[in-house]
Amino acid sequence: MSAVLAVENIESFYGEFQALFGVSLAIEEGQTLAIIGANGAGKSTLMKAICGVHPPRKGSITYRGKPIAGRSAYQLVAEGVVMVPEGRRIFPSLSVEENLLIGAYTERKGMWTLDKVYDLFPILKDRRKQGGTDMSGGQQQMIAIGRALMGNPDLILMDEVSLGLAPIIVTEIYEVVRKIAALGTTILIVEQDVNRGLREADYVYCLLEGRVSLEGKPNQLDKEKIASAYFGV
Amino acid sequence: MTIMTILNILIQGVLLGGLYVLYGTGLSLIFGVMRLVNLAHGDFIILSAYLSLLLMGFGVHPLLSVLVVAPVMFAIGWPLQRYILNSTLGRGIMPPLLITFGLSVILQNALQLGFSADSQGLDAGALETATINLPGDLSIGVMPLITFIVSILVLVGLQLFFERTKLGRAFRATSDDPQAAEMMGINSRNIYAVAMGISLAIVAVAGILLGVRTNFTPTIGPARLLLAFETVIIGGLGSLWGTLAGGIILGLAQTIGAQIDPTFFQLAGHLVTLLVLVFRPTGLFAVTRDR
Repeated sequence: MSAVLAVENIESFYGEFQALFGVSLAIEEGQTLAIIGANGAGKSTLMKAICGVHPPRKGSITYRGKPIAGRSAYQLVAEGVVMVPEGRRIFPSLSVEENLLIGAYTERKGMWTLDKVYDLFPILKDRRKQGGTDMSGGQQQMIAIGRALMGNPDLILMDEVSLGLAPIIVTEIYEVVRKIAALGTTILIVEQDVNRGLREADYVYCLLEGRVSLEGKPNQLDKEKIASAYFGV
Repeated sequence: MTIMTILNILIQGVLLGGLYVLYGTGLSLIFGVMRLVNLAHGDFIILSAYLSLLLMGFGVHPLLSVLVVAPVMFAIGWPLQRYILNSTLGRGIMPPLLITFGLSVILQNALQLGFSADSQGLDAGALETATINLPGDLSIGVMPLITFIVSILVLVGLQLFFERTKLGRAFRATSDDPQAAEMMGINSRNIYAVAMGISLAIVAVAGILLGVRTNFTPTIGPARLLLAFETVIIGGLGSLWGTLAGGIILGLAQTIGAQIDPTFFQLAGHLVTLLVLVFRPTGLFAVTRDR
């Protein structure tokens, strides 16, 4: 199998501050890949580099064989790379349904429609007329995922979908993520919760201070190695 | 003062407000979508009046000239935003202010070069003096009535555009959070360009109606900008219907002020604006969110 997305030796900066030091990773068709790491390890920077919001200064990113580093976020959406952003970023002026419809802005063809998203999250259908940000945190996360699906993505980037949610809601959200993965969509998740990342992913990368400190299949990594790769001790 | 006189003053004030609504709507729109203040807004109003004057030279009735002037103004606004003003966004409040201020100076001087400083007017023929007589000695000017109706139509049109169309939805999403909108596949820079185009198309309508109502010279733009600001300040930023209320309140204040003493016409409008700024600085119906 060939890589859907290949990141090679990227270096990202915020002004003079370097956040990523030669990070490489590859994700294969249909895979669920998790990036774990502590606060400030560079997980979100890596996501922003891939989706075009904060392009890397050096290195290459290829999506289905095409170089995409430096492409704008809105261009990548049309190609099937869609982000579920950290903090959900629901549009407050738009209703639940309008938020979902915004996800279909590029009119990319695929299996997802408003009805299919409502089948996945029935609660959203009941509240489709409500304001997007009048919903609870968990429901807003459902909108954010549904909105990304409306873009009919080949590759979904999910940034900290469990952040700030009750454990039971997180379990619910990840059940849906598994359903989406089962449909063949390639998923890249960023997780602060190491156990969650190990449980959900086919393959895991651990970041530490802007570098990949460990990678492998979850069942082949032992706890001590993970702990030292995560905390750097 | 009889009831009828008072009623007459109120009607004139409300109808005058229609013109101010048209001044304020374009300004409010671009602030709402991209938090940009266009200091050349008033000069674009005057430019539109001159464009209509040019067409009048070819025998085009001013009210019909909108069919040409509005698209031309859209075609000026789109590249202005896309290629000049977009590059100033995200760098603080000063760069767009400086550029549009410079643009204001350039427009005034260019208009003086092209049309001289002489006062001009648009000739709408018999429509200008036509009135509708109502019972009880009330009479309503046809042009002010047309202006008011047009302002309502523009607001309704914008409302439908925002609520019912895909592009309108993208406008609202971009106004809320441009970066998240980009992550959904929306090119915010293009949205901004379209917003400026629409703003200047509305400005075209305002400029033509201004030109039919009164005489104009190349340098009266900044005073129209002030009225546009006052309309938006009273109504509240980002609220279409607030802009309607703002225009009407400003028109009423000026008309009532002029009744007390003709020299109070301008002052009364400024005083009402000042009162709103003191007691409700966000305006009466503000909806634009901080970001």
